[in-house]
Amino acid sequence: MTRRVLMGNEAIGRGIVECGCSVATSYPGTPASEILESVATFAREAGHRMHVEWSVNEKVAYEVALAASYTGKRAAVSMKQVGLNVASDPFMRSAYLGVKGGFLLVSADDPGPHSSQTEQDSRFYAMFAKVPVLDPSSPREAKEMVGLAFALSEAYEIPVMLRPTTRVCHARQAVPLFTPEREVRPARFDKEPKRWCATPRFVTDLHRGLTDKLGRLRADPRLAPVFFPGDGTVPRTCIIASGVAFAHTWDVLDEMGLSGKVDRYQVKAPYPLPTDFIERIGSAYERVLVVEETYPVIEMQLANRMVSGRGSRLVPNEGELTPEVIRGVLVEFLGLEPAPVHTASMPAGARPTLCAGCGHRAAYYAISQTFPRGIFPGDIGCYTLGVNLGAVDTCHCMGASIGQAAGFYHAYAQDGQAFPSIVATIGDSTFFHSGIPALVNAVNQRARFLVVILDNGTTAMTGHQPTPGLGRTASGEQGRPVFIRDLVRASGVAFLQEVDAYDVETLTAHLTDADRYMRSEEGGVAVIIASSPCVLAAEAGTTRAVHAVRVTEDCTGCRECLDLFECPALVWDEAAGKVGIGQGTCARCGVCLHVCPVGAIVADEGEPA
Amino acid sequence: MRQRIVVSGRGGQGVLTLTRVLAEAATAAGHEVITTETHGMAQRGGAVISTIKVGPFHGPLIASGEAEVGLFLHADNLPVHGHYLRSGGTALVNATDLPGHDAVDADRLAAEAGEPRAANLALLGYAAGKGVLFAGPDLFEATIRRVTPAKHLERNLTAFRAGVEASK
Repeated sequence: MTRRVLMGNEAIGRGIVECGCSVATSYPGTPASEILESVATFAREAGHRMHVEWSVNEKVAYEVALAASYTGKRAAVSMKQVGLNVASDPFMRSAYLGVKGGFLLVSADDPGPHSSQTEQDSRFYAMFAKVPVLDPSSPREAKEMVGLAFALSEAYEIPVMLRPTTRVCHARQAVPLFTPEREVRPARFDKEPKRWCATPRFVTDLHRGLTDKLGRLRADPRLAPVFFPGDGTVPRTCIIASGVAFAHTWDVLDEMGLSGKVDRYQVKAPYPLPTDFIERIGSAYERVLVVEETYPVIEMQLANRMVSGRGSRLVPNEGELTPEVIRGVLVEFLGLEPAPVHTASMPAGARPTLCAGCGHRAAYYAISQTFPRGIFPGDIGCYTLGVNLGAVDTCHCMGASIGQAAGFYHAYAQDGQAFPSIVATIGDSTFFHSGIPALVNAVNQRARFLVVILDNGTTAMTGHQPTPGLGRTASGEQGRPVFIRDLVRASGVAFLQEVDAYDVETLTAHLTDADRYMRSEEGGVAVIIASSPCVLAAEAGTTRAVHAVRVTEDCTGCRECLDLFECPALVWDEAAGKVGIGQGTCARCGVCLHVCPVGAIVADEGEPA
Repeated sequence: MRQRIVVSGRGGQGVLTLTRVLAEAATAAGHEVITTETHGMAQRGGAVISTIKVGPFHGPLIASGEAEVGLFLHADNLPVHGHYLRSGGTALVNATDLPGHDAVDADRLAAEAGEPRAANLALLGYAAGKGVLFAGPDLFEATIRRVTPAKHLERNLTAFRAGVEASK
């Protein structure tokens, strides 16, 4: 056995490979993205012939892995918590039908949230679906729990969820490594129509079987909470915690000199809670504190009015349980003298912005300049940052830009007046993920709006995972590329233009044409594909012309370029009261040549292009 | 050994790499270590922070007023993340000159080393040279050798050593 410093997500990926998993699928999303990348890396290291797949979305990822489990092989699917919303349909039914080979679902939650639309708790989804869920407190524990999840899944023929949170996914720690188990099971699908194709009349029996499995799981010692007894200083009182909130509670108790003084339980499987644990907590304690993220899953199962937690509002119902928050909760619960707290509100720090030279900035500039009174439904990705440029008005969930654009159109159009120009923006990966059904729907319903597909050839924000347009698999092998233009045409769109996003003049002309088409008698949805490779991708910047730029003395210091364009390479020179070019950061895309109202940003002829 | 370190900077400045080097070095020295870092949208130039806890800790987060050491890759982050430092803690800042703070121009040192993106390692060298971290420069140099791809190694080491030199 060796030890290696691994990020939580890498530890989970390693665990999946060590357990002899055959098929692993995912769709990228913070904080889960590195799990599948690690599976690919460790499978390659171990020489395993795994199928490792970046699927088009989480629902498809779930179904691919699920069917692999039907053949008796081990399979894993990973996603961020809101990805499980997308995959919830196959997830719910898979609990009823069960699995064959061990089936692991990793749903990574994001209390805070740091990089998500909600801070929803996937453990509630597990309870909703009636499947067991494991809640690791560290990368090391997350890896151990992968093994436990596969074992439980096979023993009970049930999907098992592992629910890490951001602070486990992105923690680093030395983790023990074992030799990966080599998968030797051949694929064998046994047809059982009453199960795999259960019609409604078989469903009640399957549901009964599921309830029975849960009853047996409640008595399985592997799911029992771990007890850390106190020394009796604080009698008939206990603290129950799970996940990384357990780890932080431990550290805070250490800091307060209270470790070992009060009874503590670490709940490793928040659902289903063992029946005898619920009874023991009810009979042995007068005061109980539950610390868990993010919703009261353990607390609700205890159904105990002695419990302090989210229900009693001792634990805040929103936000991450940081050590500061936990300290405040413990001080109140244990009746201690509050220590001085640092409550001064801190400045937020620099807000994120699109990179220097990002093609999205050029496209957003053209859109906002062309349609000063437009409505701009946006989507999920780096390009949500178009909100800084006044070119994104909504951000909801994956693919929502196109559905919302249609909703805006129908609402305005039925008033019988001139409707505004509605411009939806969506990235290439998001378009593949869930933009296609919305586009088909909008065309079919005769909506009139513009869609600008921002194609940077990658899934940029989550770390450059390949899209179907690229034709490269998660293992780095050749896939068959699927082209956005073909999908757009096949969706019935009659107006389609493709343009280099840096070419602001042509893009602006296309936007004007598209608006005219959309408003014409036979008009409908118009699509423009604005392409520009992500400047952070390895292959970017090698193929395009470069434009050295400089700012002349004519700069009036009006700051329009800073406020409307917000390129990190345009820097304010306080002393001169003018704008300058940050030569270290400028990507030389030349787009800012269009931006200055007095023409003070010019091509630098003196420098070779 | 117990030491809590915050590394603060802007997305793209190499906060993650610096976090990883600190974690690897602590492990190589036989310490327990747990860290956490910022991923996602904030990495696009926003304020980002990592925490590194060396010693028998369980959770990765550091509370306000607990950190013994703060490495600030951007001076603008001091008012944002400075509160993590305990009273008497050490803040080392990448800046040309910052009255009242221990500043080193890590950007310049890295640029002179031919690797402008290695300001993170120049700041690490400065901190290691000052003796405020759980280990000295030799351990960090060995760690950088172990985790850096060959084509960047020499210039990264040059930047790191320039930081060590600047601390003297």
